[in-house]
Amino acid sequence: MATPLPTPGVGRAPTESTDTGGACASCALAPEATRLARLGLDPGRYSHVVALAGNPNTGKSTVFNALTGLRQHVGNWAGKTVARAEGGFSYGGVGYRIVDLPGTYSLLSASADEDVARDVLLFGRPDVTVVVVDATRLERNLPLVLQVRQITGRVVVALNLVDEARRHGITIDVRHLARELGVPVVATAARRGEGLPDLLAAIEQVATTDDPPAPLRLVHHDPELERAVATLADQVAARFPSLPNTRWVALRLLEGDPGIEAAVRDGSLGDQAAPTVEAAG
Amino acid sequence: MTLDELPRGDRAVVTSLDIRGGARRRLMDLGLLPGSAVHAEMTSPLGDPTAYEIRGALVVLRREQARAVHVEPEGR
Repeated sequence: MATPLPTPGVGRAPTESTDTGGACASCALAPEATRLARLGLDPGRYSHVVALAGNPNTGKSTVFNALTGLRQHVGNWAGKTVARAEGGFSYGGVGYRIVDLPGTYSLLSASADEDVARDVLLFGRPDVTVVVVDATRLERNLPLVLQVRQITGRVVVALNLVDEARRHGITIDVRHLARELGVPVVATAARRGEGLPDLLAAIEQVATTDDPPAPLRLVHHDPELERAVATLADQVAARFPSLPNTRWVALRLLEGDPGIEAAVRDGSLGDQAAPTVEAAG
Repeated sequence: MTLDELPRGDRAVVTSLDIRGGARRRLMDLGLLPGSAVHAEMTSPLGDPTAYEIRGALVVLRREQARAVHVEPEGR
């Protein structure tokens, strides 16, 4: 039987992909991930939006390329992913659109890259946010994970570069980390395709769940601050009832974050508009 | 003492940040939080800026920024 390669731009993914194993024999994902069809630039009709976030130099673009089959430039300098790259893939017959965000250490500081990343997460409301972290520098990467977790519970952590970590003698207790963060954690070495089938399964699970974990709630030990956050969060909730992360918004307002202030003022914070921009290509 | 006074090659632990607003946020995003271990790695010829090792990454700070970071030097 003919085994056509998934062609970029075709749009619909083959729903029965059991016979495409041969076509993918040379790629890193074969044979476990034959449910994957890389759709390149054109996600066609997609059901879910996946955002890729992470610190600079964690291998985000490598993960992006592995999932979409694109050859987005992978390189090691600041601001490489200037705005955001978009692509598509199909997994288990369901279309996904994937947005590669600029590498950031934070969602809170005032830089254009961080604003792009934050706006996609906050206003685009992706179905899944994959936070790619560097297993060799986990401590430095976790603040961003916690910031994303405060915005949404629909998170998968890709613990990337585990091959490098192994070489450095670093072992990470993935299950414990997942329990602490309350979201799936998948060990990956995206360069070699290691862990990608598990990553895809975790993305599918989070994308399709009706009951995602609640956004992480930071408890403030200063009662006055806690009171201010609670009061403001109630007002935000009254004005934007569909917003899942009112405490996070309240904290940003207390910090005097100009972007959030503007979004509250002009009402765009409550928009249920389609995520991000029109499909690429 | 403050971080700018930490001699090259010495280690210290951050005790507090004497700075507010976006600049404080930035330092925290770079991993400078109370309790963080810091190692003064390299100094440029004129002594400013200085590179510090923080949580496995090299972070370069101007003297002005380092002055806002209070540290407890590690005895050796």
